[in-house]
Amino acid sequence: MVRIPALRRMASLLLTPLEPEDVLSLVNPLSSHRQLRGVVTKVTRETPESRTIHFRPGRGWNPHDAGQWARIGVEIDGVRHWRSYSLSAPAGADPAITVTAIGFVSTELVRRTKVGDILFLDVPQGDFVLPQHPRPLLMLTAGSGLTPVMSMIRTLVPRRPDADVVLVHSARTRDDALFHDELLELADQFPGLKVVHWFTREAQGRRLDLTDATDLETVCPDWRGRAAYACGPADFLDAATALWDRAAAEGAAEATTALTIERFAPVLLPGAGGEGGRVTFEKSDKVVDAPGDCTLLDAGEQAGVVMPSGCRMGICRSCLTPLVAGQVRDLRTGEVHGEEGELIQTCINAAAGPVHLDI
Amino acid sequence: MTATATPLERTEIRPGRPILAPKGGPAVRPTAAAHLTDDQVEQLGRELDAIRDRVIATRGEKDARYIRRVIKLQRSLELAGRITLLFSKRKAALVAGTAMISVAKIIENMEIGHNVLHGQWDWMRDPDIHSTTWEWDFVSPAATWKHTHNDLHHTWTNVVGKDKDVGYDLLRMDEDQPWTPRALGNPLYNLVLMPFFEWGIAIYDLELEAWRQGDKPTADLKRDLKLTAKKALRQFTKDYTATPLAAQLVSRSGRNALIGGFAANCIRNVWAHAVIFCGHFPDGADTFTEEMIEGETRGDWYIRQMIGSANISGSKLMHFMTGNLSHQIEHHCFPDLPSNRYAEVAVELREICERYGLPYTTGPLPRQVYQAWAKVCRLALPPKRLPKQTVNQTPVLPRRGAFPIAARVL
Ligand SMILES: Cc1cc2nc3c(=O)[nH]c(=O)nc-3n(C[C@H](O)[C@H](O)[C@H](O)COP(=O)(O)OP(=O)(O)OC[C@H]3O[C@@H](n4cnc5c(N)ncnc54)[C@H](O)[C@@H]3O)c2cc1C
Ligand code: FES
Repeated sequence: MVRIPALRRMASLLLTPLEPEDVLSLVNPLSSHRQLRGVVTKVTRETPESRTIHFRPGRGWNPHDAGQWARIGVEIDGVRHWRSYSLSAPAGADPAITVTAIGFVSTELVRRTKVGDILFLDVPQGDFVLPQHPRPLLMLTAGSGLTPVMSMIRTLVPRRPDADVVLVHSARTRDDALFHDELLELADQFPGLKVVHWFTREAQGRRLDLTDATDLETVCPDWRGRAAYACGPADFLDAATALWDRAAAEGAAEATTALTIERFAPVLLPGAGGEGGRVTFEKSDKVVDAPGDCTLLDAGEQAGVVMPSGCRMGICRSCLTPLVAGQVRDLRTGEVHGEEGELIQTCINAAAGPVHLDI
Repeated sequence: MTATATPLERTEIRPGRPILAPKGGPAVRPTAAAHLTDDQVEQLGRELDAIRDRVIATRGEKDARYIRRVIKLQRSLELAGRITLLFSKRKAALVAGTAMISVAKIIENMEIGHNVLHGQWDWMRDPDIHSTTWEWDFVSPAATWKHTHNDLHHTWTNVVGKDKDVGYDLLRMDEDQPWTPRALGNPLYNLVLMPFFEWGIAIYDLELEAWRQGDKPTADLKRDLKLTAKKALRQFTKDYTATPLAAQLVSRSGRNALIGGFAANCIRNVWAHAVIFCGHFPDGADTFTEEMIEGETRGDWYIRQMIGSANISGSKLMHFMTGNLSHQIEHHCFPDLPSNRYAEVAVELREICERYGLPYTTGPLPRQVYQAWAKVCRLALPPKRLPKQTVNQTPVLPRRGAFPIAARVL
């Protein structure tokens, strides 16, 4: 790594149009400052369908806060794919992600990742993080939604004797439950953590019903007094949000605290896609015909355009791209919009007629 | 590239490029293809589309590994060569360093730079090997070169009056270019151009002719001038100031390092010039009139690319060192397919040409170079003394554009 700026400048004079990093990357792939990378240091099996992948990030990585996520790029058959994954390691530790195989990229990560592999990275982001001041917490999670919460628990519980956390985690079976044994051990060891596992497919199992407060009252009677965090599938989060809204409306006197949620997938309006259209990526000199339900982000990536992106679900705004001409359709609301120069969230908008993007 | 797209599968031409007709054909088909019916041309178009689709469907990790290996090889050679030049006081080091840098520059410009800038590797979505981010070891900046090359040359391949002139108003490269006594210097100009080819291209990419005719806004010219000056300065500094200076400090080899850098640039220039002239000027590469592209279908477009280009035959190493521009025909049909796949495509294209009775021009390097030079010399002379052409199949056709077609870049 060339640290001294003067030396760097001299080296680049001798190497132009290459940068010193281009040459250094012949020996150390982590040296690139243009592309943040990490090398996989450990892979652990959590459940039959999920793995925790530990990695050592290269230059340019920022340490994560508990609960944050990072964009992870994986090369599959020569093509770079990006997805977001919550960091399951506690704050201050080397980062790790816990991936459950449900689709193209996640399955590849779970089945093929081995020590020494290179992952492409983006710095951690997200505001699904612990409150600034200590307070009683309720964590409601389902499936892989436990991942960011696990980071919070690992960060908070062992370090703070005053921690007061109730975790209600829903999984299909005991075998499917992420971090099952570690959570029970932590709960044993630290009085500040109470863990309730809710299995939906074990004997007499059923879904955690959040349409009213009954189930919640059973597992956590003082839920109204706790700052709540929820992460899981869309219907689970929608039910939780509705429940908390109702509680807030009813018991104005009671100090019902806010619910913070983290979504892993966008909520799309079914049938919001229209006709689609021809999308021109001007700077990249690429044109594709995109169907009405295909996001501009997917369309660009398929055409080989290096598209900026983050969460891929309309929350982080990393994907903003200037619209040169045309109209786009928001796949969450069905709204058609677009003005010249408007910054478009490509991850949740599709073409509504011909579209020109300045990228 | 063009056409009816299966959603997301085929990238299309951008507006401003010739709009291809879905059916029918141009009023006049080039002589070499005049015997084909509209249906046959359509069928040919489908066959070539199928080749393209198949290559795209099978692009993958193996190809990605290939380009990364080439880049690694090139960078290692470049680094080793430059370090060797730092100690070039000894003759052996001078020769070895120069050789390594020459080869590194050739690979960088041809198999890597030219092809990356065509977007052949964009499908990997690796921002470090991408047409929008790549900068090459050549005085012409990638941005300006991409415009004259990808947008103009590849779209208007060999269309008289549309495909721009690369003779820098220097070379007379087509019978239609009015002869003036200045043309007598043709061979001399070309000889001088050879070792300074990259500077010739840099000037060509400024499109001074288009600016003089009012087709290129002055603001654009200013922008390109600035870009080019900056790029040229960096390139010049590297080879002719920084390296010799470092060599002088390290081992008092400044003078030899300067010689080595200059020689390496010349070697690369002469080689690139030879390969590029072979792609465009050997006998058998047709030119076209605007009548021939009006109403052009996808099949016609492919035919124009095939009969307007010439290949070079040779070994695997030769193909590699030409950046697979030896597969000029395949490159012109499919400019954005990865270059390492042209060899397999060539087998099929050749078979298709045979089946449809179309010429497929190819020959060994010395012969193609000779024919290109013969043309340069022939056109130095005034038309009436033009020797009878025996091999060139270019038909004599009414031509609308007064502006001559000439050498095109790559
Ligand atoms: C902020 C954030 C944090 C995230 N954190 C995590 C995390 O910690 N761990 C984690 O595993 N994922 C996490 N995700 C989800 C992750 O980014 C991917 O969306 C997920 O891995 C699916 O990607 P894929 O390529 O495998 O699926 P794709 O092939 O792209 O499939 C797209 C979608 O189809 C659905 N789908 C496909 N196959 C199945 C199936 N067999 N069963 C059910 N649904 C299916 C899923 O909804 C999937 O997201 C997070 C997402 C966000 C936005
Ligand atoms: S990628 Fe996060 S908002 Fe679009």
